[in-house]
Amino acid sequence: MIWVLAATVWVTVAAGVYLTLSRDAFRIVIGLAVLGAAANLLLFGTGRIGSALPAVVPPGQTLLGEAANPLPQALVLTAIVIGFALACISLVLMLRLIRDAGSDDALALRHAEPPADDPVKPPQPRAGCDPDWPPPEAGR
Amino acid sequence: MTALVVTPVLVPLATAALATLASRRPALQTLVSAAGSVAFLACAVALVALAAADQPAQAAFGGWAAPFGIEFRLDRTGSALVLITALMGAASLLFLASDADPGNRHPMLLPLLHGVLAGVGGAFATADLFNLYVWFEVMLICAIGLFAIGGRVDQLDASFKYLVLNLLGTLLLLIAVGAVYAATGHLNYGALAQAAPALPTGLATVVLAALLLAFLVKAGAFPLYAWLPASYHTLPAPVLALFAGLLTKVGVYAVLRTVGDVFAPAPALLMEALGWVAAATMLLGVLGAAYHWDMRRILAFHIVSQIGYILLAIALGGEAGNAATLFYTVHHIVVKANLFLIAAIVWRLTGSYDLRRIGGLYHTRPLLGVLFLVPALSLVGIPPLSGFWAKLLVLQEALAQGRWVWTAVALAVSVLTLYSMMKIWMEAFWKKHPDEHWAPPRDARLAPAWLATGALAAVTLAIGLAPQPLAAYAQAAARSLGGG
Repeated sequence: MIWVLAATVWVTVAAGVYLTLSRDAFRIVIGLAVLGAAANLLLFGTGRIGSALPAVVPPGQTLLGEAANPLPQALVLTAIVIGFALACISLVLMLRLIRDAGSDDALALRHAEPPADDPVKPPQPRAGCDPDWPPPEAGR
Repeated sequence: MTALVVTPVLVPLATAALATLASRRPALQTLVSAAGSVAFLACAVALVALAAADQPAQAAFGGWAAPFGIEFRLDRTGSALVLITALMGAASLLFLASDADPGNRHPMLLPLLHGVLAGVGGAFATADLFNLYVWFEVMLICAIGLFAIGGRVDQLDASFKYLVLNLLGTLLLLIAVGAVYAATGHLNYGALAQAAPALPTGLATVVLAALLLAFLVKAGAFPLYAWLPASYHTLPAPVLALFAGLLTKVGVYAVLRTVGDVFAPAPALLMEALGWVAAATMLLGVLGAAYHWDMRRILAFHIVSQIGYILLAIALGGEAGNAATLFYTVHHIVVKANLFLIAAIVWRLTGSYDLRRIGGLYHTRPLLGVLFLVPALSLVGIPPLSGFWAKLLVLQEALAQGRWVWTAVALAVSVLTLYSMMKIWMEAFWKKHPDEHWAPPRDARLAPAWLATGALAAVTLAIGLAPQPLAAYAQAAARSLGGG
């Protein structure tokens, strides 16, 4: 059962990293949310999974026995809530940025960098030197 | 005692809540914020007094005894950093009253500032690893808010870059905390310190490496520091000084706690790797600073470079290394925030942050030149300023451990830091202004700015001329950490 969880975390992290490295700015936000889900799954797996016993210490004993550990589940709840708030704020921020910048291309978001005519500027992507630049005209 | 230990979180949080309630009336909001920062400063002084008397304020919440409850514990290290946090909060809020680059006065500016202070205070006060993650997230959300309320497209762009890379860092932190819990079954620092020696070395190395990587993203270490110079320069000056002074230092404090206290002695491979990361951070930070002409970008790269020094001190480890870490952190927070605030004063007087477009400040405002030289030369490490003692402590320990390459890199970085500070001096102060009809504006309301920067410069001079109290305190703090 733990291997199923491990494989799920693996797939989720792969999907999250793929999306976070995307050129479409909105997908970056989705990718971060997916990575958050992967982290939560991993945390969840640190308690015992697959157990159907109630998390009650049997009378006269001090150990939980074969039931699942409830502490990681509490940690996951906290992490879910925090991740939810961050996802909300990053979505709103992303939408505002796309609207104000006029582009959702992550390579075109260089407004915090020195302007293009500044002699001290980081290299901009250039036609003929970088693949996929300039971006295709209509659609994607 | 119990009431005092929650004040690093409760006082700024209450101030933020009251400031939000008063958001329709700016004068009342400013008053509430000022009262809150004074209260925070008073509580921080009390906490340092308690810790220095060997009675660290501590409490386990909900009546659950450690290791099951979440514990707050303010030993010498944590309380010293809480005091510097309170000092920086007060200085930034005082500077906000001037008109040197305060940004637009958004109703949520002051609540979010106090939210950041609450997150930083909580991170310094907590003695629970998952709680540390929570405070990092509080800091992150309030920082994103402070970036975004300006509303300019470059600020939104900067906040996006800050968000993505720091969110990746916190997700890695969450995974690492989960791994620590899975490996040891504990989250409380005290319980982890007892359970850590039982871990097999390989597992400990992997788990600690993940934890350290997350903290190094937050601290702005090589190669994960790109978010810092890409985003910091878009902030208004008082917020920028607060961020520059505090946020990365929470990351290095977390590294210090991890390898210097809770999991000490850490695997030798990790300490070695941390030392090389520190050397690379120092070098690449200052090289980045040498390239730019915008004062804020230069100083942002210097943050990265100085973080390298602090990480070097942590990597050297032992009692001397940890004492050097605390001394350097305190010195650097004050100096770095002061430099950003002085850059804002220069902006107000000349109209630009770009060194190529300004000049002539030494003839028109010679005292500003002197005020700039105090933190600038302290950053370089010129005696008798505080940076000299800080670098001396670090390099003495590096030489004592036979680390010739790290010492050579640190000294070379000092020379490059001198070049960078002299570049600012020559371009902004010494040379003539490119426009021969320029004169400083007469209507600049800079009295709070002079007060804030003067106070911080006085702190730097005080530490420099009388380093013994701080050095003794740092050594006592290092003795009480587990790695001594």
